[in-house]
Amino acid sequence: MPRSPFQRFLRIVGVLVVLAILGFLILPAVVVTLAAFNDRAILSFPPQQWSWRWFAKAIEYEDFRAGFRNGAIVTIWASSIALLIGATFAFALDRYRFPFKQLIETILVSPLVIPHFTVGLGFLILAAELGMARGFLVVIVCHVVLVLPFVLRSVYVSLRNIDPRYELAAASLGASPGRVLVTITLPLLLPGLVSGWLFAAILSFNEFTASLFVTSQRTQTLPVAMYNYVREYADPSMAALSVMYIVATALLLTFANAFLGLGKVLNVERSH
Amino acid sequence: MVAVLQYSFRAYIPGSLDPGGFTFDNFIALLKPLYARVFLDTVWICFLTALFTLVVGYPLAYALVFASNVAVKSFILVTVVTPLFLGEVVRTYSWIIVLGNNGFINSMLLKLGLIDSPVQFMFTQFGVVVALVHVTLPVMVIMLAAALSHIDRDYQKAAESLGAGPIRTFLTVTLPLSGPGIVAGVTTAFAWTFSAFATPQLIGGGRVNMVSNLVYQLGFASFNFPFAASLCVAGLALTFVTLWLLRLAARPIEKVGLH
Repeated sequence: MPRSPFQRFLRIVGVLVVLAILGFLILPAVVVTLAAFNDRAILSFPPQQWSWRWFAKAIEYEDFRAGFRNGAIVTIWASSIALLIGATFAFALDRYRFPFKQLIETILVSPLVIPHFTVGLGFLILAAELGMARGFLVVIVCHVVLVLPFVLRSVYVSLRNIDPRYELAAASLGASPGRVLVTITLPLLLPGLVSGWLFAAILSFNEFTASLFVTSQRTQTLPVAMYNYVREYADPSMAALSVMYIVATALLLTFANAFLGLGKVLNVERSH
Repeated sequence: MVAVLQYSFRAYIPGSLDPGGFTFDNFIALLKPLYARVFLDTVWICFLTALFTLVVGYPLAYALVFASNVAVKSFILVTVVTPLFLGEVVRTYSWIIVLGNNGFINSMLLKLGLIDSPVQFMFTQFGVVVALVHVTLPVMVIMLAAALSHIDRDYQKAAESLGAGPIRTFLTVTLPLSGPGIVAGVTTAFAWTFSAFATPQLIGGGRVNMVSNLVYQLGFASFNFPFAASLCVAGLALTFVTLWLLRLAARPIEKVGLH
């Protein structure tokens, strides 16, 4: 296609705008990295001396360690339970007709629009009314409700993409419904289940607002521990921890993009 | 399983069923100027954030969908998506370092001699909105990109072959066709901003209050759970009304999008 000078000009402007926006997105990460390697405890740019000591301090800090452990417990339980419930409901919603289907669907996805502080407060009041202690159970149940919509959507989309003829073929060859489910549907569904679980796990591990309401000193997850740290101290160990967070997440996503195709999962790939 | 969900929904309502019996006092108290102001501030911040996120997110989504180079594409995608998974605390902390009085921007400006004393970004509405735009940008880009990627390329080609310039093609074809994505993105950005807690709490530092901060204060500083709950219910109602109004305003746009 021939390009006029005007079109070339537009293209250059466009590229510059996009670069500026990407810069805006990356800026905090870059600045945090600079701060994390700064030897001095007070923020200063550019750093005069470089050091790893804040990383060591962040790893050794007991609240962060406990937060990480608690977060891992909550995340694994919450995303597994959410996967089980979400997959069951997605299957039922996709395959069967039953009364109040629309209503149930709406209820299941509603935590998407309900602010997390509302969910957190709701569970806190609920736990108090039932006379429950603020233990792990409340936190896990709360997280299950919060991540359920994402699991539901992920499983639902992959259910939709399964060719029903495979199941029909198996059934017509004499397989029982249970056998069809185990040998055909579940294996075909596996990528959806895995990405649903992963998505739920990442969200649960990072969930902060609702967790702040339902966790106690004993069950606080990593984001809550980080929040408390930011409020009390100002040294760069928090920056060091953020850098570890950012690097781990970026690696995980680059990996996921290479193997699972993030574009497809997020539905932003061009269809033609 | 359903019981768990049912519980979570019952839990939102106890606001009106406080231990002392059924009362509307909590809701009447909401009308006090102090609280009404927080609500107005919250809606204003949500509106600003959604608007700026749209303006900043659109070019990025456009580049993500129409870039021809695969490496550029995945770089944009990972850059956009990573903050989504970082959680509010890490991102807010990063912005504190960027915007603080000893922070990155002020240090740079001082060094360059552009300013004599640090500019106050922290504890201002501006600072809160900047950080919130950063938080909502990934979702906006994903929703816009999803809409843009489903536009049939032939429409744009047809416009070009009929002699429309790139700007005219964009304004008359691409932009209207991405309408549904814009509506979805703006509504989601609005709802997310309303839900934000750590950002206004830490960057606003008590001087920029949103409903979420008020709920937390009432719950954990004064242990007035019924009032906090009624705030939640009012906030929820407000969100739904706003989203409904947005949808209503957007209906003509969506029609164009469906062609």
